[in-house]
Amino acid sequence: MEWIIRLSGISAIIFVLAIFVFVFREAAPVLSNKEFSLVEFFTSIAWYPTSEENVRYGTLALIAGTFSVTALAMALAVPFGLGAAIYVSEFCGPKTRETLKIVIELLAAVPSVVWGFIGLTVMSRLLVNYGNAPVGVNMLNGGIILALMAVPIIVSIGEDALKAVPDSFREAGIALGASRWQLVYRVLLPAARNGLLAAVLLGIGRAVGETMAVLMATGHAVQIPHGILDPIRTLTANVAAELGEAPAGSAHYRVLFMTGVLLFTITFVVNLTADFVIRGVKRK
Amino acid sequence: MLANEYAPDDMRFTQTPFGRRRELTERIAKSIFFLMAVAMIIPLVAIVGYLVLRAWPSLSLEFVLDVPRKGMTQGGIWPAFVGTVYLVVISLAVSAPIGVMAAVYLNEYAKDNWLNRTINLAVINLAGVPSIVHALFGLGAFVYAARFGYSILSASLTLAIMTLPVIIASTREALASVPMSFREACWNVGATRWQTIRAIVLPNSISGILTGVILQVSRAAGETAPIMFTGAVFFKAIERGNLFAYSLNEQCMALSMHLYTLTTQVPNVEDSIPYATAVVLLGSVLVVNATAIAFRVWLRARKKW
Repeated sequence: MEWIIRLSGISAIIFVLAIFVFVFREAAPVLSNKEFSLVEFFTSIAWYPTSEENVRYGTLALIAGTFSVTALAMALAVPFGLGAAIYVSEFCGPKTRETLKIVIELLAAVPSVVWGFIGLTVMSRLLVNYGNAPVGVNMLNGGIILALMAVPIIVSIGEDALKAVPDSFREAGIALGASRWQLVYRVLLPAARNGLLAAVLLGIGRAVGETMAVLMATGHAVQIPHGILDPIRTLTANVAAELGEAPAGSAHYRVLFMTGVLLFTITFVVNLTADFVIRGVKRK
Repeated sequence: MLANEYAPDDMRFTQTPFGRRRELTERIAKSIFFLMAVAMIIPLVAIVGYLVLRAWPSLSLEFVLDVPRKGMTQGGIWPAFVGTVYLVVISLAVSAPIGVMAAVYLNEYAKDNWLNRTINLAVINLAGVPSIVHALFGLGAFVYAARFGYSILSASLTLAIMTLPVIIASTREALASVPMSFREACWNVGATRWQTIRAIVLPNSISGILTGVILQVSRAAGETAPIMFTGAVFFKAIERGNLFAYSLNEQCMALSMHLYTLTTQVPNVEDSIPYATAVVLLGSVLVVNATAIAFRVWLRARKKW
């Protein structure tokens, strides 16, 4: 029995390695394909994977799409998420706190395809009618949806970070006559800095990796966005949209797996950084 | 008041301009944070309300039990509903034992060494891998390398690996909440580590573990990307109301995938049907989650230690 338990414990490592190995294994043969070059993969905005005579696999526009929609989502989600975390942890009573935490948990449970559906039907109509957007599915739409999806993570991790600040800090502040706001601004935010940073990083990880919602809400244009009302396409949405049409084993199929390797690497680095930031706090 | 009236002038408690400003900032800060917190309740309520309102004409038990008709533009969602049940149950059967045992290992056996720090990192990263990368993995590993083909089995295994961190995290929390003194008492009467786990730790944390399992169900039911390329299919004709319609090596429909298909691929769908599908999906997930939350609140209330 004990060795089964040990094996299960190690299984997480095995699965993470397996994910990388299998995705990379499907992607690797394209590296020796002469129509594909890694430099072009990262620096070209030309993405014509199905073109007959001029096949181009440049993902720069997709990378730009991913990062711009993530940045927009974070611009919305970080202030709201941290503000809500501060309210939940410092300003409200225990009853309100429980209620809010339940709401946050339910908000986090909404499936991404339902968020996408909301973006496609509700949000796009609102943007066309009240935001003067030429098309409803665009970067702003995706950004708002992603923000709503990332906020619960930011709130719950951020609240943990604030809770981890010892009460003696608060008592010292109050003893000096600080108001609650002064306490938050001068004592808690600096003390919980690392935990809050980790909360933001995990929110970014979630936003970068999100697939269905951005697939349905951001429109489908492979381009570098010039304004927040431009439709864009992200790395994740691109894989989801094209994998079904790419014949197994073709160069197009392998390039999509290469995009998967890139995504895996990005989220790996973001999550690892978040973990180091959190553990930096604990060591203190 | 009274003290003020009788106190000499220079000893009265008066508000300085500085104090007034401080109080004002305090009130402004509090209301801003309050509004930010409320800003999270509004979307949840508005979304659920709006979806139910638009879905109302189609919502009925009949809608869930009926099969899609006329190229999915009318009728119900039974094949998708059953498909989701299949995927969830099978993925649960795989990930629950592995996840619980992994958590037992991490919480009861693991010492603080490099291997276990690596395991912890792996769990965190597994939780952060994008769902579409899980889909690529499922396609490469289960569909092609293991030769399971596009099937319920491939899709469920992909879902199982994806939802593993949910179970590990909540089981660890449940195990960690069993006081150390319980274990020490058991060791002191000569029980081995495994006997202690079986007789003391697991029975005392079983309800917390169940909460994690419930959360896994809700997570697995809502996922779309991982099953899209491993086993879920646009349409599959099965009998109305038949619960045993699929077999392991077949493809199936799934609620989440069905919602995606209806909204993006099928023209002229009856207006309320996508909304009703969304409501059934969202409703099931929220009900399952609410059950887990209620269960947890109830547990905390009757906890003896």
